Amino acid sequence: MSRATLLVLADGRFPAGGHAHSGGAEAAVAAGRVTGAADLAEFCRGRLHTSGLVAAALAAAAALGTDPLQLDEAADARTPSAALRTAARKLGRQMMRAARATWPSAELDALASARPRGAHQPVVLGLAARSAGLGPEDAAYVAAYESVSGPATAVVRLLSLDPFDATAVLARLAPDLDRVAADAAECARRVPEEGVDALPASSAPLLDIGAEAHAAWAVRLFAS
Amino acid sequence: MGAGAARRLDRRVSVPVDTGLRAAARIRAEADGRGISRLPVLEGEGPLAVRRIRGAAGQARVALVGAMSAPLGGDRLTVTAEAGPGARLDVTSTAATLALPGRPKGPAHYDVRLSVEEDAELNWAPEQLISAYGSELRVTTRAEVGAGARLLLREEQVLGRAGEQPGTLTSRLTVRCEGRLLLDQELACGPGAPGGWDGPAGLAGHRAIGQLVLVRPELGQHPVRARMLGELAAVTPLAGPGLLVTAVAPDALRLRRVLDEAVGVVGG
Repeated sequence: MSRATLLVLADGRFPAGGHAHSGGAEAAVAAGRVTGAADLAEFCRGRLHTSGLVAAALAAAAALGTDPLQLDEAADARTPSAALRTAARKLGRQMMRAARATWPSAELDALASARPRGAHQPVVLGLAARSAGLGPEDAAYVAAYESVSGPATAVVRLLSLDPFDATAVLARLAPDLDRVAADAAECARRVPEEGVDALPASSAPLLDIGAEAHAAWAVRLFAS
Repeated sequence: MGAGAARRLDRRVSVPVDTGLRAAARIRAEADGRGISRLPVLEGEGPLAVRRIRGAAGQARVALVGAMSAPLGGDRLTVTAEAGPGARLDVTSTAATLALPGRPKGPAHYDVRLSVEEDAELNWAPEQLISAYGSELRVTTRAEVGAGARLLLREEQVLGRAGEQPGTLTSRLTVRCEGRLLLDQELACGPGAPGGWDGPAGLAGHRAIGQLVLVRPELGQHPVRARMLGELAAVTPLAGPGLLVTAVAPDALRLRRVLDEAVGVVGG
């Protein structure tokens, strides 16, 4: 594995469309549940340990070579919100385009033709990591970090939050990120023996409810 | 407190103090071919007593009777409910399930296994599960739904009794339809749960959480439209022949109201 390759994949400027999504932060801000840096920290912590962990485990499993279609089905079952499934597939499709251009592989091609409208983003991310020669921990780290960097960046725009404060929130989450990435990779390693049920299914009720509320808005800054 | 005292006595008599109690209930309904569902299996024990009650015409209806306060720490309770081909089974409970701290250290386990065979119908709607302060309970609910079968599953979880801090509760709900995974969802809350569970992404101070899962063959072709039910509940189509209502509320009473309303909206 190459640390430089990991930086390319994890770069917020990697052209995979993530900047258009707030990870539920826009709905939480509108509902008054996130009003500043302290709320953002708790929001990110909650998201990291739920949908972040699930995404990291899916990505790690894909990086290990688990059948991506099986993982895509596992992702569907772990994403009860229709709005979030739509967002995950849209993001997966954009990630697929970027990944095929960056690290072309037969496995990416196969998934792209099996899921022309997009597979779940963490599955594509994991397969992209695999194509780039990265390992399951790398994929888990990228997915886990994305689960919090997206909301943090969005809240800077939504609340005019000081970007220094938002970055400090992310920095303080580093121990949690380490733990989530390690747990995710460990779960992914159990998949060959135990099947995809070994992957976590953690959920955050207000993320699921907020996603449906947000999808019904006529005008919004972020796609999800 | 009578039930609690009886329970402690029962423990002393029949169960080593540090292992907790094991109890199982088994319910199986079968259609008799003339439109009537019978209950060839109806067994319970200890805190999981079962009783046949009057149901709708042709339907078998069973109540789980809270014979003792359970589960306590270390206990392991299992309920199996099956509706055989074409059968109609409705399972409810007479009282809330109260998770309490127990003498043995370690979590209590409550496992629910539901099976809805071909063209059968199962309604699973017990009273609330209340997670008392100091308790640690792990719930798993697994439902297998066969071809043409219908499932209504309703769960209400309340964190802490009135004015009390919550216990530790993890609950994993898995629904499979004709062998294919439809829903896999885990919720962890209370002391020791991963950080942020009560923050703006998780519960944001709400103390009651509810879920309503509906599996109907026709929902595969005609999925429900996602929509809000008030500010704190949403109905969403699952990726298959089902829908899910997720709700949070400040307390059990308001949760009950929003889920009752949801049943009306989605046609439970």
